[in-house]
Amino acid sequence: MTRLAVIDHGAGNLVSVARGLEQNGAAVEVVTAPGGLTGCDGVVLPGVGTTRAAMERLASQGLIAPLRDWEGPLLGICVGLQLFFDTSAEDDTACLGLIGGHVARLDAAPLLPHIGWNDVTLAPDPLFAGLGSSTLFYFVHSYAPVPTKPGDAIAWSDYGERFAAAARSGNRVGVQFHPERSGSAGLTVLANFIAECERGRRAA
Amino acid sequence: MNGDGVLRKRVIPCLDVTAGRVVKGVRFVDLTDEGDPVELAARYAAGGADEICFLDITASSDNRDTMLDVVRRTARNVFVPLSVGGGVRSVADMRATLRAGADKVVINTAALADPALIDRCAAAFGRQCVVLAIDAKRRGDGWEVYSHGGRTGTGRDAVAWAAAGAGRGAGELLVTSMDRDGTYEGYDLELLRAIKAAVTVPVIASGGAGSIEHCVQALNGAEADAVLAASIFHRDEISLTSLKTGLAAAGIAVRL
Repeated sequence: MTRLAVIDHGAGNLVSVARGLEQNGAAVEVVTAPGGLTGCDGVVLPGVGTTRAAMERLASQGLIAPLRDWEGPLLGICVGLQLFFDTSAEDDTACLGLIGGHVARLDAAPLLPHIGWNDVTLAPDPLFAGLGSSTLFYFVHSYAPVPTKPGDAIAWSDYGERFAAAARSGNRVGVQFHPERSGSAGLTVLANFIAECERGRRAA
Repeated sequence: MNGDGVLRKRVIPCLDVTAGRVVKGVRFVDLTDEGDPVELAARYAAGGADEICFLDITASSDNRDTMLDVVRRTARNVFVPLSVGGGVRSVADMRATLRAGADKVVINTAALADPALIDRCAAAFGRQCVVLAIDAKRRGDGWEVYSHGGRTGTGRDAVAWAAAGAGRGAGELLVTSMDRDGTYEGYDLELLRAIKAAVTVPVIASGGAGSIEHCVQALNGAEADAVLAASIFHRDEISLTSLKTGLAAAGIAVRL
């Protein structure tokens, strides 16, 4: 069974993410300290809340260096994805720097926060296997990542402006929408991440 | 169906919960039992609900554990967003509600008593998960805000309160017309228009849905971002599927 560590940095959408992963057959361990990453096949960084609160919590848990050093599959969700980048405009926060780029406010949006179901155009990526080239996902956010390398964006949505709805750099992949709250399409994304972890485990 | 590139208007079934059961009244009183919240939520999610809203209408501290248990059991099996409110008085209450599996937390009476609660909740969890509920009753040319589940007039003007709440960090407003609640007479479109004009956050229309046309009016005419309804869904008077198909036929972008 694929073992996943879901990082508990306090305010996360922890329950629904953990439950969505379990629904797809993964064994989930909720992790609050560096030791929790030992022996797992993949790590999930969820997030509902503010970037600064999340970074402060990760720092106090001693999880920043272990996350930077983690080489296996890593999935970021919403604020979890935003933490991957160098900096966020939300409270001018320094983030993990796992993928080059910054996080910007969606200033061209008709209303903020961007709340609800919106179309997402999907690049061919293992995370989106079985979903075609476009589907609807649920968003709740006001900020979105701007990867330095345009090729790191693997999905896009449009809300007043086109923005990156997902990004990948090697094993580090993340989505701005909420797969744990996007019905069957979202559960497919979680299942695809589990499959990626499983392939990594077999290759190791 | 997909690829329109438009944020969809949302249809949100609302479950008023007391002592672990779903109830519904007319103008906030004369409650009847409508079933088990976990079962109803699962049924609505399967039927195409874009989001589900739980409101603990007793909101006593004794009842909070029961409510959180309902949220926990629902969040395990329902993979659409859950907004949960009723009796949330502090950042700690909000944290407990989110930890039980809520995606957004609805605050009402406590924010009226202490408006800075909105700022604190938004600072702790981000404004996107703070929903300010406003129960409004017509008074003269405007609307008065009521607290304590519609039992207590506050003297506050609903439109001014909406603007103040959004300014403090509410990411969304759940606007209920007490005059229309449970009456099937249609949403209070003037109230919705007045509040939409005063804020730049999404507004959820609530109170009075009795037909597909009422929802079209709220979404198109009053430009609400979502419609919330209870009675019509609990009693199967209008199914989620027929409502969403009807909205799509009226040219409204919905998730089918």
